[in-house]
Amino acid sequence: MTRDEIRATVLRTLGEIAPEADLSALESAVSFRDQLDVDSMDLLNFVIALHATLHVDIPEADYPKLATLDGCVDYLAAAGAR
Amino acid sequence: MPILTADMSAGTLVEWRKKPGDALERGDIVALVETDKGLIDIEVFTPGVLEKIVVQPGATVPTGTVLAIIRDAAPTGAPPVAAAAAPPAPSPVGPAPAPVAPGPAGRLRISPLARKLAAELGVDPATVRATGGGAIRREDIERAAAARAAAPEQQPRADRSARLRQAIGAAMARSKREIPHYYLATTIDMHSAMTWLTEENLKCSVPDRLLYGVLFIKAVALALKEVPELNSVWRGSEPVRSEAIHVGVAISLRGGGLVAPALHDTAGQSLRDLMRQFRDLVQRARSGGLRSSELSDPTITITSLGQQGVETVFGVIFPPQVAIVGFGKLVERPWAVAGQVVARPLVTATLSADHRVSDGHRGGLFLAAVDRLLQAPALL
Repeated sequence: MTRDEIRATVLRTLGEIAPEADLSALESAVSFRDQLDVDSMDLLNFVIALHATLHVDIPEADYPKLATLDGCVDYLAAAGAR
Repeated sequence: MPILTADMSAGTLVEWRKKPGDALERGDIVALVETDKGLIDIEVFTPGVLEKIVVQPGATVPTGTVLAIIRDAAPTGAPPVAAAAAPPAPSPVGPAPAPVAPGPAGRLRISPLARKLAAELGVDPATVRATGGGAIRREDIERAAAARAAAPEQQPRADRSARLRQAIGAAMARSKREIPHYYLATTIDMHSAMTWLTEENLKCSVPDRLLYGVLFIKAVALALKEVPELNSVWRGSEPVRSEAIHVGVAISLRGGGLVAPALHDTAGQSLRDLMRQFRDLVQRARSGGLRSSELSDPTITITSLGQQGVETVFGVIFPPQVAIVGFGKLVERPWAVAGQVVARPLVTATLSADHRVSDGHRGGLFLAAVDRLLQAPALL
């Protein structure tokens, strides 16, 4: 999967988790928590959805690496998202 | 029409999920009702056969109205009972609050599908014209929604949000008016709990992992066994202790407002089962589809504002409950352990309780029990 495809998947997943959010205005280097009204349950559902869609195992210790859009793309690309 | 929340005074029957002649088991969903808290699935409390539907889809009726007649499943000609009867309603001591969901007085002819779609799209069916000459149909709602989308202001959504705010305000005002609250707080060292949780989560795949909030829920449920008077509801002029422990969890809704549905039989469930149900409950609270028993059954509530960075929250008791437990943000702070100062993850747990039912001494024992239980997370 290319970085652009991963990025699109991450944004689509976020849209399902926080349907009211305006993702077109999302800053890719700023944490989701600072931009969206999401809680730990939302972030857990986000990781579960990425795990299911991209077939990537994500240890809990790596969750901080998924805090931003850029971070997600870097992490998932390196982890071999497919 | 069951009372699903402390200040619900009316509800709109959206659709029937069963038809006359259908056999019903306890817990079956018979109807969909719209309230200020959204669309709620109405369950039956007794088995039997649905004999007659009394209230038709589209009608807004006061709580206590018989929605349908269920004939008892007993072989002899047992008398019919009112369907979806509410659990005993809290008796308001003060003036009855104004209806928060006034609906059209007359019946509206609308198909169930159209009714549901209208609710989803935020269209008030009373403002829609039936183009087919009979009942309002799905196409009519879609047309109305499209027309409204062209308009700058989405009034129905604002209305719903205002009604929800009004309902919360009425329940909280009643709580502060009638319940003499007392407040306690304690700091809990979460080192053991977080260490155990990290190790547990290493063993399981992503969907099975636990959030530490589930440890709070289970610890509260078990502590209630030691101080059972906090697990009561106020009926008329006295507290009634609840045998079952159904912990309600306050869930914030997108766009404002909150609901606090129950995790049934909280003390008897494993952490993993509780986590699964907690996830499901949050999802349904935010997207619609809570069950009537989940709204009417909580025997105590937990509120947690730690996600928002709040360190201490003293909740306002949801009538007719008699206590609410609060958890703040998990913070790493200096903490003395065996004479040494070390960095530890700490959380502030609070109790707001009804002084008519318990005293600070018993409340203190409850918080001490929560603390003790969280020091042995493997036993939760």
